[in-house]
Amino acid sequence: MADPIRWARYRWQRLVSTEGRDGSSSSFSCDKCYQSSKMSGRHRIVIPCLGHFKEEYEKVSKLYMNNRIRTTKYTLFNFIPRNLFEQFHRAANLYFLFLVVLNWVPLVEAFQKEITMLPLVVVLTIIAIKDGLEDYSKYKLDKQINNLLTKVYSRQEKKYIDQCWKDVNVGDFIRLSCNEIIPADMVLLYSTDPDGICHIETASLDGETNLKQRQVVKGYTEQVSEIDPEKFSSRIECESPNNDLSRFRGFVEHSNKERVGLSRENLLLRGCTIRNTEAVVGIVVYAGHETKTMLNNSGPRYKRSKLERRVNTDVLWCVLLLILMCLIGAFGHGIWLSSYPEIPLFNVPEPDGKFTPPALAGFYMFWTMIILLQVLIPISLYVSIEVVKLGQIYLIQNDIDLYDEKTDSTIQCRALNIAEDLGQIQYIFSDKTGTLTENKMVFRRCSIAGQEYCHEENAKRLESYQEADSDEDLAGTLCGSLSRMPKKKVHSCRTASGPLNQLADGSSALGGEEGASDVPHSRHVAFSSPIETDVVPDAQLLEKFSQISSHSDALSEETDREPSLETVYIADFFLALAICNTVVVSAPNQPRQKMRLSSVGRMPIKSLEEIKQMFQRLSVRRLSSSPVPSAKESSSESPSTFVSKLSIFRVKLASPAMEGVAQMAKDPGASDSPKCPKVSPPGSLDRVDIAAGSEHCDAGSSLKQSPISNLCYEAESPDEAALVHAAKAYKCTLQSRTPDQVTVDLAALGPLTFQLLHILPFDSVRKRMSVVVRHPLSNKVVVYTKGADSVIMDLLRAAPADVNKSELEQKNIKERTQKHLDDYARRGLRTLCIAKKVMSDEEYAEWLNSHFLAETSIDNKEELLLESAMKLETKLTLLGATGIEDRLQEGVPDTIEALRKAGIKIWMLTGDKQETAVNIACACRLLEPDDKIYTLKSLSKDACALLMNTILEDIQKTMYARKNHSSKIMSIFQAPSTQAPEFSASLVIDGKTLEYVLHESLQSIFLELTERCRAVVCCRATPLQKSEVVRLVRNKLKVMTLAIGDGANDVSMIQVADIGIGLSGQEGMQAVMASDFAISQFKHLSKLLLVHGHWCYTRLANMVLYFFYKNVAYVNLLFWYQFFCGFSGTSMTDYWVLIFFNLLFTSVPPIIYGILDKDISARILMQLPELYVTGQKSEVYSPPTFWITLLDAFYQSLVCFFVPYFTYRGSDIDVFSFGNPLNTAALFVILLHLLIESKTLTWIHVTIMIGSILFYFVFALTFGATCKTCNPPSNPYWTMEKHMTDPVFYLVCIITTSVALLPRYLFRVLQWTLFPSPVLKAKHLDRQTPKKQREVITKKDDRVGKCRMGFQSTSACSRCFNVAGKAGVLTFILETRELSRGFS
Amino acid sequence: MAVNYNAKEEADGHPSGGVGAAGGGAAGGVGKSRKPDNTAFKQQRLPAWQPILTAGTVLPAFFIIGLIFIPIGIGIFVTSNNIREYEIDYTGTDSSSPCNKCLNVSWNSTPPCTCTINFTLDRPFETNVFMYYGLSNFYQNHRRYVKSRDDSQLNGDNSSLINPSKECEPYRTSDNKPIAPCGAIANSMFNDTLELFRIDNDTRISIPLNKKGIAWWTDKNVKFRNPSGHTNNLTAIFQALDTTKPVNWPQPVYMLDTLEPDNNGFINEDFIVWMRTAALPTFRKLYRLIEKRDSLQPTLQAGTYSLDITYNYPVHSFDGRKRMILSTISWMGGKNPFLGIAYITVGSICFFLGVVLLVIHHKYGNRNTSADIPN
Repeated sequence: MADPIRWARYRWQRLVSTEGRDGSSSSFSCDKCYQSSKMSGRHRIVIPCLGHFKEEYEKVSKLYMNNRIRTTKYTLFNFIPRNLFEQFHRAANLYFLFLVVLNWVPLVEAFQKEITMLPLVVVLTIIAIKDGLEDYSKYKLDKQINNLLTKVYSRQEKKYIDQCWKDVNVGDFIRLSCNEIIPADMVLLYSTDPDGICHIETASLDGETNLKQRQVVKGYTEQVSEIDPEKFSSRIECESPNNDLSRFRGFVEHSNKERVGLSRENLLLRGCTIRNTEAVVGIVVYAGHETKTMLNNSGPRYKRSKLERRVNTDVLWCVLLLILMCLIGAFGHGIWLSSYPEIPLFNVPEPDGKFTPPALAGFYMFWTMIILLQVLIPISLYVSIEVVKLGQIYLIQNDIDLYDEKTDSTIQCRALNIAEDLGQIQYIFSDKTGTLTENKMVFRRCSIAGQEYCHEENAKRLESYQEADSDEDLAGTLCGSLSRMPKKKVHSCRTASGPLNQLADGSSALGGEEGASDVPHSRHVAFSSPIETDVVPDAQLLEKFSQISSHSDALSEETDREPSLETVYIADFFLALAICNTVVVSAPNQPRQKMRLSSVGRMPIKSLEEIKQMFQRLSVRRLSSSPVPSAKESSSESPSTFVSKLSIFRVKLASPAMEGVAQMAKDPGASDSPKCPKVSPPGSLDRVDIAAGSEHCDAGSSLKQSPISNLCYEAESPDEAALVHAAKAYKCTLQSRTPDQVTVDLAALGPLTFQLLHILPFDSVRKRMSVVVRHPLSNKVVVYTKGADSVIMDLLRAAPADVNKSELEQKNIKERTQKHLDDYARRGLRTLCIAKKVMSDEEYAEWLNSHFLAETSIDNKEELLLESAMKLETKLTLLGATGIEDRLQEGVPDTIEALRKAGIKIWMLTGDKQETAVNIACACRLLEPDDKIYTLKSLSKDACALLMNTILEDIQKTMYARKNHSSKIMSIFQAPSTQAPEFSASLVIDGKTLEYVLHESLQSIFLELTERCRAVVCCRATPLQKSEVVRLVRNKLKVMTLAIGDGANDVSMIQVADIGIGLSGQEGMQAVMASDFAISQFKHLSKLLLVHGHWCYTRLANMVLYFFYKNVAYVNLLFWYQFFCGFSGTSMTDYWVLIFFNLLFTSVPPIIYGILDKDISARILMQLPELYVTGQKSEVYSPPTFWITLLDAFYQSLVCFFVPYFTYRGSDIDVFSFGNPLNTAALFVILLHLLIESKTLTWIHVTIMIGSILFYFVFALTFGATCKTCNPPSNPYWTMEKHMTDPVFYLVCIITTSVALLPRYLFRVLQWTLFPSPVLKAKHLDRQTPKKQREVITKKDDRVGKCRMGFQSTSACSRCFNVAGKAGVLTFILETRELSRGFS
Repeated sequence: MAVNYNAKEEADGHPSGGVGAAGGGAAGGVGKSRKPDNTAFKQQRLPAWQPILTAGTVLPAFFIIGLIFIPIGIGIFVTSNNIREYEIDYTGTDSSSPCNKCLNVSWNSTPPCTCTINFTLDRPFETNVFMYYGLSNFYQNHRRYVKSRDDSQLNGDNSSLINPSKECEPYRTSDNKPIAPCGAIANSMFNDTLELFRIDNDTRISIPLNKKGIAWWTDKNVKFRNPSGHTNNLTAIFQALDTTKPVNWPQPVYMLDTLEPDNNGFINEDFIVWMRTAALPTFRKLYRLIEKRDSLQPTLQAGTYSLDITYNYPVHSFDGRKRMILSTISWMGGKNPFLGIAYITVGSICFFLGVVLLVIHHKYGNRNTSADIPN
């Protein structure tokens, strides 16, 4: 049946591919097919490279790329031609090449041919060496990656053999063990996990450290044994390679024509790491550059700094000037020639004795002039800029303030050519998690049943943590890096599964004192740094909680003794914390190995001690009521078909116990611990299993001080981890989680196993998540819900059900909890409400039916599921609330404030959900309490446009009103930012809406909107969206952008921005690798921008200006001379001196100036971020300053030429003797000019300055003394010596220098005295005593402070008012806080 | 603990990295820290002089410049004024000029056109007198003209004599013989002869003109060399090399001064002076020295003089001018009032600016000390 279809597809595919190929070689068609990923309908067929498929395989797969990657630009062979080619893309180089060629034309030759080549050769060589080194490091990295080993199935050897990544091809079978990195995109075919699940860590892809589940392709799940590639006879058809990480479509076609769909859930992406799964087997579908990861890396863009772009335009101006001057020369020469009726004596005929007619001579002269005046285009400028940048980078790298003690890392400057851009940043795009925050959630407070427990101990400890935690952190880092090293990890994984090693391990643990440092709870294990895990319980609460233990059966409501309501609440509260999440538990001694019941079979028994303990536990379990049979019942009740479809959790039909048995029977490891199965009587097999499962946990840690502290929790969000850890602190420990069961260890009650019925995952509409479990004690269906307070509060049980008293109490609790919540929010804590609901079996069955319908519906499944969830989450009973702190990194609010004062707009782009994002934005003062926050969230493009218009109008209205109202205040207080400080709007936008907004038609209005907003927060943004936002702002607003992030999800954004900054440390190296600068702490950004950025920009800008000045001033000397030599292109200076003047005599001082000049000290720059505006507005180097500089250069050259001219006019001075005082005077003028412009002079400056002058004289004297006949015609023999004995020479030099520099000097003096700029004032401040400085600065801050007093709280941020809009879930959240306005 | 430490370091994969070492805690595993050195240079804290150019601070500089420049200027001006200079244009463009008849001479016209111009010195020239010839509108600095020479030939290099530089084209060879000295400069050498007589009661007293010591010592002794050969006979040497004279010259280079061998050939001083091409189209070149012989008498007394010119050099075609200049000389060379005036002017301006700045300083100077904050 499928045959004709397939055939048709083949034909069609061939057709398309030949169309797209344009006759080029076939390997290119592949490039094309992923470049145009939009081209629908192009499929890729993957066939295993085995046996019967051999021929077809070759036919199909030869077009696919293999897994070798190459990111380098050059190879050994093409380096020189390619590099030259690249270099000559630079217009300046092309120009100089042109000059060199031009000089070879005898008619226009102005210099000796070799001399003109010299500068160009020097420049090209320097740049080529630099490029070569850069590329070589890339090559080394590629090689390292290409040569990583992986296990590929070999047909010859009938087993998996080690092969390099680069040798992997599409269609290969790959077997990966735990903690190995996936070498290519593959479809998962087998997992050792009996559920067919494979956990992967995508940290290197999107920066999220939590584990994600991937599923074996349906149909392969049931396989108990490992898949045999030889028997694999299906073919896979899937999309052609594209960069959409969230989508993968395709199907597997079995040999019997049965098709099984493939989704993203089946795809393992290159670069991810296998976690918690012993081994997986997959078939490669995309390899090398066609993998989704590689396609997502759009590759580094050649970044050119804004300053450099400006320089290039000004170079063009210089070219124009040059052409003008040459034209003058050409016409001048023509006119001069034609003014002679006869050929004058001094007009030398051409070699053939003929004379060129004036017009033609003028034309030749034009080119001669271009060669002569070429120095006007500063070739030395480019070399100097490169050198200066290197120097600046060196100094940045050596800044001790950018050094982080904890990680022993300092700033890494990976891009060498954009340091000055740091001083011109106007927009910052920041990632949230790990960039602004430490990515550590800390449980701070909770309120249960209306009673607050403030955990003061906890707070205190947190404060003192800062000092103490360096040690622990380091331990954490070490553990983290342990699992980052693939080789090592594999090793540890394997040894762990061997019983012998395990034993050895155990004994070593025995010997070790406490062995605490062995515990691999580490930063790397998602969200479980020591700071989160260590929660000191509140004494009062702990006591109350421990009461439960005294009447152990308090939880079961059937018991005759009614426990106090509060106690029940507390117990339920902690149970909810432990259960209501998607945390994955892993054992510590087998890092990243999922805790599974079935793993008991492999559990080695370590000591008699443990066996004994195990028996004890077993007996305890037997005493408690057995929940399992009923659980089994309910699970069989639920229709298997739909349950298995749930992708979030998977309910397996086979009971865990049965599975366990099966596992044990098969697992050879089981025989290593023969006692385990034997002790359990067959009848209570399942119970034993469960017990043993929990035992496993304890077993590993039984010898340690706190037996349960060694579990690793891996949560999707850090909040969850924090809550679970908090519960653990109260001895309510989450012990294991499987798709259908959750085991919680309650201190005295022992492990309780909850039958997990459903998980209703979090979504941003409901803003809550729920779990439905069957309570093991009461055997009732219980719903635990946790979510945003605003939502939960509305869902609480409203109608009085039965007892009036409890209803009253509920109301009471609600009110008190709300109060606490407000308090938490004020303190900047993230709040969550915990609620529960007990359902009767009938209710549950009823809901289950509707839910089943929703599950199975095809059309609007998502909506129905949402409805179904909402139906369940009603009539809740409020248990309590929690306050969690997402700790900001040190100094983040201050940094953001400083950056904002510096006039930088900051956007936060995060993949996180809106609440979290807004919360953090508030905490780090990105959103100020008095901000008006607009939320842009719409379901369609039109609605989005409408909404934006509404917001814009609103902003305008408000602004207008405010302006009228407080125009007086505005005139007093001028904020550097474009926004008036009285009114600041902020925008929050979510990922879906972002997509509409990025659409071309809405871009402009969106940008207009954002320009009026002080801060923008984008939530739920994908990596690609992030980069698109940055690109949009950068291209459309023509502003300088900086992107900062720490994860791989920020990579594309980092690459798009003008400056990309990676935060090293927490999450992999991808961001760092892609970045231009890598820092270790967000707070370093302020010094990097405010100080180094300012310095680099000012220095380089000044230096560039100086270079233009220098060249114009110097070249014009030659130009003026043309008026006195019949425009014949004579230079009165020796050619070597002419070339060396720029390359040697006057090049080092400006370079030193460019590296070391310091207009204002770092301290002042940090204290007055406003000074940063200088760079943003390009004040130092702007068109006016450029032209003023050129005018000054013209003036100075006029003086330099005409003072000696008038002095020597009519005398017997010869051409090159005349040039000598000109040159010398020019040297002094040019160097002293630099001295006037320098803001600081250190001994280095002075040395270099004097050295340059000495060098010039020594060179001139030596040249003059030794060069008898060399260098015709400008033989410099004894010229300098002659002049040195002539007083007139000195007099001329002195007067020339004075007259030339007088205006500039006077200008600077008057500028200082009469119109000091902010920078000058700050410099003045710099010279004052620190005390006085403080006074002045505080005085100023007071002035600012008056305008905005009295905001400490961030409570405003947590309050939102939803206004239902027209279109769908169009929320328009207005947030106004006027009461805190200070100046009313 | 030690075991753990090792394991960690190994696992870390960066044994040299400070992380592992620091993980060892107080055990003091001193790894190389990447902490930058806290030196003044690296932290950009070098002690620096920060010039602040305010009216107050630069006031003294202006006054000092003014006070130094004005006296210097006066000194130069006075010196320049004390220089005696007499200039006479003998081109003969004016029809009344005695040399008018020679205006249209060509190279080597025979017999040579001669003319005599009488002139009167009102005041005596006390010190050594330098006799110059001056040319105007003569672009000796034309690019192709300037390079039309062969320095190594002039340095006596035999191979260059046989095969002159290409730069000499088209004055490189003549009749397939290499020209010595080649090139346009040499070819166009000034060849007027000037003689000076004092007319004392109708008797013409020849004034001795020293033709040696007019070129740079280094040029004559180092840069310009006659070719060496087996003999000391210059003629023989040049003829042996089979060179020919420049087209415009009446006789070959070895006959420039047949009387004095150390002024003949390439080291002829008139030739050397000519070869030092002038920087500007109006220039003078030293022709002869008139040395003071008697300490009691001025070198040139006031009175009437006559200048005998053998007029060979054609300048009329390009509107050139020829002059004869008599000048005394001071430490600063010839007469030039410009430098003195410039110094006086600049000095005065600086002084004036100093006063202006003083006013500004008094009016606005205090504004900055309050140090307003930017924004």
